[in-house]
Amino acid sequence: MNFDSSTGPSRASARRAFEEQRRRRSITIAATSTVAFVALVVILVPRMPRWDRVKQSFFSGEQFADSFPRLLDAFVLDLKIFAWSVPVILGFGMLVALARVSRNPALFPIRALCVIYVDLMRGVPVLLWIYLIGFGVPGLGLERPWNSPLLWGTVALCLTYSSYVSEVFRSGIEGVHESQRAAARSLGLTHGQTLRLVVIPQAVRRVIPPLMNDLVSLQKDVALVSLIGPIEILRQAGIDKSKFANFTPYVVAAVIFLCITVPLTRTADWLLARERRRTGATRVAA
Amino acid sequence: MNAHLSIRGVHKAFGRNEVLRGVSLDVPRGNVVAFIGASGSGKSTLLRCINLLEPIDDGEIVLDGTDISAPGFDANVARRDVGLVFQSYNLFPHMNVMRNITLALTHAAGAEKSAAEASAMDLLTRFGLADKARAYPEQLSGGQQQRVAIIRAVALKPSVLLLDEVTAALDPQLVGEVLDLIAELRTSGMTMLMATHEMSFAHSIADTVCFLHEGTIHESGTPQEVLDAPREERTRAFLARTNRR
Amino acid sequence: MRKTKSLAALALTAGLLLAACGDDSDSSTADTTAASEETATADTTVAAEGDAAAEGDATAAGTGNECTAGKTLEEGKLTIGTGNPAYSPWVENDAPESGEGFEAAVAYAVAEELGFSKDTVTWVRTSFDEAIQPGAKNFDFNLQQYSITDERKKTVSFSDPYYTSNQAIVGFADSAAANATSIADLKDLKFGAQAGTTSLDFITEVIAPSSEPFAYDDNAGAKAALEAKQVDAIVLDLPTAFYVSAVEIEGTKVIGQFPANAGSGADEFGLVFDLDNPLVECVNTALAALKDGGELAAIEKQWLSDKTGAPVIATE
Repeated sequence: MNFDSSTGPSRASARRAFEEQRRRRSITIAATSTVAFVALVVILVPRMPRWDRVKQSFFSGEQFADSFPRLLDAFVLDLKIFAWSVPVILGFGMLVALARVSRNPALFPIRALCVIYVDLMRGVPVLLWIYLIGFGVPGLGLERPWNSPLLWGTVALCLTYSSYVSEVFRSGIEGVHESQRAAARSLGLTHGQTLRLVVIPQAVRRVIPPLMNDLVSLQKDVALVSLIGPIEILRQAGIDKSKFANFTPYVVAAVIFLCITVPLTRTADWLLARERRRTGATRVAA
Repeated sequence: MNAHLSIRGVHKAFGRNEVLRGVSLDVPRGNVVAFIGASGSGKSTLLRCINLLEPIDDGEIVLDGTDISAPGFDANVARRDVGLVFQSYNLFPHMNVMRNITLALTHAAGAEKSAAEASAMDLLTRFGLADKARAYPEQLSGGQQQRVAIIRAVALKPSVLLLDEVTAALDPQLVGEVLDLIAELRTSGMTMLMATHEMSFAHSIADTVCFLHEGTIHESGTPQEVLDAPREERTRAFLARTNRR
Repeated sequence: MRKTKSLAALALTAGLLLAACGDDSDSSTADTTAASEETATADTTVAAEGDAAAEGDATAAGTGNECTAGKTLEEGKLTIGTGNPAYSPWVENDAPESGEGFEAAVAYAVAEELGFSKDTVTWVRTSFDEAIQPGAKNFDFNLQQYSITDERKKTVSFSDPYYTSNQAIVGFADSAAANATSIADLKDLKFGAQAGTTSLDFITEVIAPSSEPFAYDDNAGAKAALEAKQVDAIVLDLPTAFYVSAVEIEGTKVIGQFPANAGSGADEFGLVFDLDNPLVECVNTALAALKDGGELAAIEKQWLSDKTGAPVIATE
C-alpha cells in the first residue's frame, strides 16, 4: 500500500484496493465460521448416543407427512382468527392510546377507564381472560351462535392484545416532539387533523418494530383459543401427539408457523428500510 | 386606530412565572417590527400568543379590527391569517417539501389539491427551491429547510407573518439566504413581527424595533433610535453585551 | 422506612420463589433414582419404620410379595399415580389415599393382593397425557380411566382390564339431542370431548358429525362448554357421564350409551406401566385373583352402581 504523497488518482485506487481487501477478508471469516458451525451440528449431533430415538420422536419423516395436511387444515382457523383480530387490535389499541394522551379535562373519566383497562388486561395472563370471557360470557345465557367460543375467545384475545398495543402506540405518540404539534396547529390545522395527518403517521412509523413483536406474539397466542374448544393447529398437533405418541406433529406446527411469521417480519423490515431510504436519513458507514 | 395588528395589555404567565406583563403595540399594515431582548424576556411567548398557540391571560389581540383573542373565537381561523415560523423549522419529516406546503392549504384552507400544488410551486420557484419540491426535509440543508418553513407559512397567504428567531439555529453561511427571503417578503408588503438576534438585519429591514425586558416593551422606536442611540440604560447594557455584526 | 422496604422486597421474592417451586403436577419423565424424592400432594407413607425392617426381606409384613421383589420403584413400597385432580366416581374428594372411589378402591385392592399394606402405598399425581408418554415414570402404575389401545401400547404397557366401559353422551334433557336414538339423530349436533381420549376419537370416527367437535384440555372444559351451551352434547365414559348428569350439571341427562362393540373395540380400562415393566405380570395375577374372588365386581357395585339404565344408541 502506497502511503506517500502520491497524486490523486493512485491514492484513490489504493484506498479502493484496501477497502476491497478488507471486505473480502470479512466475507471469508463470516463464511468460514458459518460453514464450520453448520458442519459441526450436522456431523456431531447424529453421533450422539440416543440420536435415533430423538430423531424418531421429533423428526419422523413419515409422521411429518401424515400430520401435515391435517395440521395445515387446522391452521386455517388460526389464520382466520388472526386476520380478524389484527385490525380490531390496531384500531382499538390506537383509540385507547389517543384517549390516554389527550389533555382534554372533559375526557378524564374515559382516561381513567383506559388506565384501569390497560392495567387489568396486561396484569392478568391471557389464558385467564380466555377462560373468563370465553366460557364466562356465554355462560350468562347467550343463545347460539352468540355464545360461540370462537367469538368470545377472539374477543378475549383482542381485548388483551389491544392493551399491549395501546401502550406501544402511546409511547410512539408521546415520542413525537411537541414542536410538530405546535407547527401543525400554528398553520391552522385542527386538533383532529393534527393527530391524523402529523402526529399519528410519525408515531406509527416509530413503533413498527415493537408492534411487529406484538403481532408475532399474537400469532402464537391465537392457539390459546383451543383451550375453550375450537380445534386449531396446536390442539390438532396435541391430538396427533397423543394418538401416535410422537412429537413430530409439533415440529410440523412450528414449520407452518415459521412460514408465516418470518415473511411477516421480513416484510416489516423491508418496509421500514424503504421508508428510511425514501426520506433520506443519513446513515454512518460501518 | 387603523392599525393592522393591535396588541393591548397582553399578560401571560406559566404557572407562577409571569412572562408577559402587559405588552401593548400597534402595528401598521406592511410594517416590520423587530423584537430584541435577552432570552426569557418573552419574545417567543409573545409571538406564540399572537398566533394563539398559547392563550393569553389578560389583554386583547386585535387583527384588522377583530379581537382574535376573545374567548370562543375560532383559533384555527385566526391562525390561517397569522403565520408563525419557528427557530427549529419543524417541517413534517414524513412528508416531502411539496406536501409540507400544501397540507394546510388543502386541509385547513380547503383548497383543491391541484390549485394548492400550483401555488406551492410558484412560491418554491420564486424563492429558488423548485428543484427540491419532491425532496424530504432530511435531505435539505438547514437554510433550505427554514426557507421551506417560511414558504409553508406564507402559502396560506396570511396577513401577518411571525418569525421566531428563525436564523438562530443556522450556520452563518446559511443565514444569508433566509434573510434574503424575508427581505423579499417585506418588499411585497407583508406585515411581519420578528424576534431576532441579527441586529444589523433588524437595522436594515425593520420599521420599528422593540426592546423587550422582563415581559414589557422597555423601549421602542425606529432602528436608528433604538439600536444606534438607545435612550434607556437597560437597552444600552443589552446592546453592549450583544455582539453587533 | 428503608428496612421495611427491603423486608417487603425479600418477602415478595421469597413468595415468588415458593410459588415457582411449589406445584410440580407437571413432573415429566423423572429418573427412577429421583422418584423417592418426588413430593406427593398427599403422602401416606410412614417412611422410616417399615423400611428398616423390610430391608432385604421382601415378604415382611405389608411390603409386597415374592413377585414384586425388586420390581417396584422403591423397594417395599408401591407408588401409584393418578390424575390431578382425580374426579368422581373414580376418586372421591380428590383424595385417593382415602380409598374412596372406584379407582382408589381398585388400587388398594390390587396393592393388598400384592402384599402391600395401606401405609406402604404412596400416591403421585400426573396429568393424563404425561403418564402415557414414552420414557421413565415416577410411579409403578397409574390409573386414570386409561383405555387400552394399540397405539398407546407402543409407548407404555397395560395390565389386564379392570373395567369395561361404554362411551356415553351427556346433554340437556330439554334439548334437541335428548331424544336421539340412533347415530343419524346425532349427526347435526355440536359435540365436545377431552382431547387425546378415545371419546374424541369416538366422535370423529363413529359419530362423524357434520360440524367439527370442540376439544378441551380436560373434562372440566367440556363440562363448562356444555353449561354455556356452546356444545349440544359431550362424550365421556359411562360412569363419569352419570356423575356429571346426576351431580355436576343441572338439567342434563345421559342421553345414551354406545354398545361395547361400537368404535375401535370396547373401551377397557387398564393400569398403565412403564414399557415392558416386569411388575405387569404380578399385577395381572393380582387382578385375576380379585376377579375370581368377586372382589372387583363388589367394588364396581359399590362405586359404580348406576352402570345400567341409559338407553343404548344404535350405530347402524
